[in-house]
Amino acid sequence: MLSAGIDIGSRAIKLVLARDGCPVHEAVVDTGTDPLSACRRLLCDFTCDQVTCTGYGRHLFQEHWPDAKVISEIKAVAAGATTLVPGCRTIVDIGGQDSKAIALDPAGKVQKFVMNDRCAAGTGQFLEMMATALGCSREAFVHAALRASQGRKLSSMCSVFAQSEVVSLIARGAPRDEMALGVHQSIASRTAVLAGGVPLEAPLVFTGGCARNECLVRLISEALRLPVHVPVSPQTVAALGCALHSVA
Amino acid sequence: MSTDYRPMWKELGLDLDAHDALLGVLGPLYQQTFMTQPNRPDGMKYFDFVMSEVHGLRIQELVEARKAGRKVVGAFCTFVPEEIVLALDGILVGLCAGAEFATGEAEKHLPRNTCALIKGAFGFALARVCPYVSASDVIVGENTCDGKKKSYEIFRDLVPRLHVMDIPQVKSPEGRALMRAEFARFVAFLEQITGRDMNVESLKRGIAAVNAKRAAMHRLARLRAADPAPISGLDGLLMNQVYFYDDPARFTGSVNAICDELEQRIARQEGVVRKGTPRILVSGCPMAVPNWKLPSIIEGTGAVIVGEESCVGERGTQALTDDTGRTVDELLDAIVDRYLKIDCAIFTPNDSRVEHILAMAGSLKADGVVHYGLQFCSPYQIEAGPVEKRLEKEGLPTLRIDTDYGQEDVGQIRTRVEAFIERLRG
Repeated sequence: MLSAGIDIGSRAIKLVLARDGCPVHEAVVDTGTDPLSACRRLLCDFTCDQVTCTGYGRHLFQEHWPDAKVISEIKAVAAGATTLVPGCRTIVDIGGQDSKAIALDPAGKVQKFVMNDRCAAGTGQFLEMMATALGCSREAFVHAALRASQGRKLSSMCSVFAQSEVVSLIARGAPRDEMALGVHQSIASRTAVLAGGVPLEAPLVFTGGCARNECLVRLISEALRLPVHVPVSPQTVAALGCALHSVA
Repeated sequence: MSTDYRPMWKELGLDLDAHDALLGVLGPLYQQTFMTQPNRPDGMKYFDFVMSEVHGLRIQELVEARKAGRKVVGAFCTFVPEEIVLALDGILVGLCAGAEFATGEAEKHLPRNTCALIKGAFGFALARVCPYVSASDVIVGENTCDGKKKSYEIFRDLVPRLHVMDIPQVKSPEGRALMRAEFARFVAFLEQITGRDMNVESLKRGIAAVNAKRAAMHRLARLRAADPAPISGLDGLLMNQVYFYDDPARFTGSVNAICDELEQRIARQEGVVRKGTPRILVSGCPMAVPNWKLPSIIEGTGAVIVGEESCVGERGTQALTDDTGRTVDELLDAIVDRYLKIDCAIFTPNDSRVEHILAMAGSLKADGVVHYGLQFCSPYQIEAGPVEKRLEKEGLPTLRIDTDYGQEDVGQIRTRVEAFIERLRG
């Protein structure tokens, strides 16, 4: 049986296919302005017995794929993370426009979760905006942060205020690397505050697109004082959870 | 609406174009929120009618009552003692504060980071679209939260007449004495504007009318404990909202009629949802008409709301006033005792509130609590942390949602509510 898990996020759409519970294929595309067409392109080559969707576009998706099951991102990422890291007790997930912390009980059931408020401060989108403000590509931004020996922390996490703060720091001649590190530090400490809303226990898995950011992984581990497991493909963990949910 | 109320609205000084725009939004929102619900009790037709006439027939009744010499008292808060208003042959009505309207106008008077309820009240009054403000002889404010008490200083210049009551912040003997003195001052004020005198009989009549209204809501609450839930949370909330607008006796009769119907439903094991549907208790800030945002999301995910621990809900209606006093003073004492029991977050400490939430969750067999905090409402937002901790400790899953009247966070709230319901389903 071929099951598909599709996670329609704010920035990217992630697909995982599983045959009889084993992942066999994954793909990631930009969400763009027409997520349905992107989903169609992702799925058109496969004949799936079951599709489960999650992410911001999940209800839109279900309107067009009425047989698809819908689960929340929290349930999806929990299912994916416990498969990849059996016994996982805490998940920190930072995606394109939201961040969440999930506590699981020893059986892998969601015990408690917290999510950021409506604004995208402390998420992937914030990182992208700050990279742009510093005139860097995403990769160059992370490398700059990793090079810095000390960070210039931003006092505001509102992306509008933070952007003007960066502009004034540039005007005062602050080194770009230090500002890049400062942005990462700000996100790590904000994430630590958010994660403080759930009981934190090891093993902790860091998922979502932002878990590909090496600097953030290091800083979050420091801020939470816990070793952080990052799956090989952290961005597709929720899609994996969906694909496996289809089987169950 | 078949009757043309425009001449009446014009006479009340409403801005007819803005008011049309408001009704143009409210009507479809009501249709979409309430009329699409499956299997509603027949008795809800009365509340649909009340809502369709909330700016029409009810206002006409108020206008006619004023012509007959009665005074209309507008209020924003559950601390304003309706017993006293009724005893002096007045009519107490809630004022509009449940939607964003003319926010730009409101923000000329208030900082942007003022809670949506206060901004809503200002917006409605400034844009001249709340016929209840226009139909009121006097508006009663109360020094509850900082936002309200400072806003009333500005509101005073925007409305014909404002009486502000001081409200204690501590449930101490001194706090009680303050409330007693303020209620006595309210009596004197109303006696002066109505030209009537308070006496034991009229006060007992007032107490009886309000107690009957509350008792009907208590009966409704007991019936909502049934599984399957015999009525939706949206309809339950609507009744709690109409509580503030309708004629008390007619309201009581209509609630009791619904209760009769619900008893039959329960006997037949019939509900608006399947047995075993996750049951939610909503707790926190008041939801004034037409603030149905969070309940719509919750019930849209397939859960059912079984109670509201809120001023527009059981916090507002919970205790009856003891009517055994033999003098006006004794009855006023009883009224003060009753109002001092309100677990409003302006009190410090406010430990009785979490006990009440736990008791409600127990009797209503709630599976979880959704705590609703209105953004910039410090009292409830700050209290939400300890409340959540305690409820979780008692094994009651709790989700905290802080939001306002805007629609831009509906997607995010829905995600959290869905995940919370999944957590309850296990």
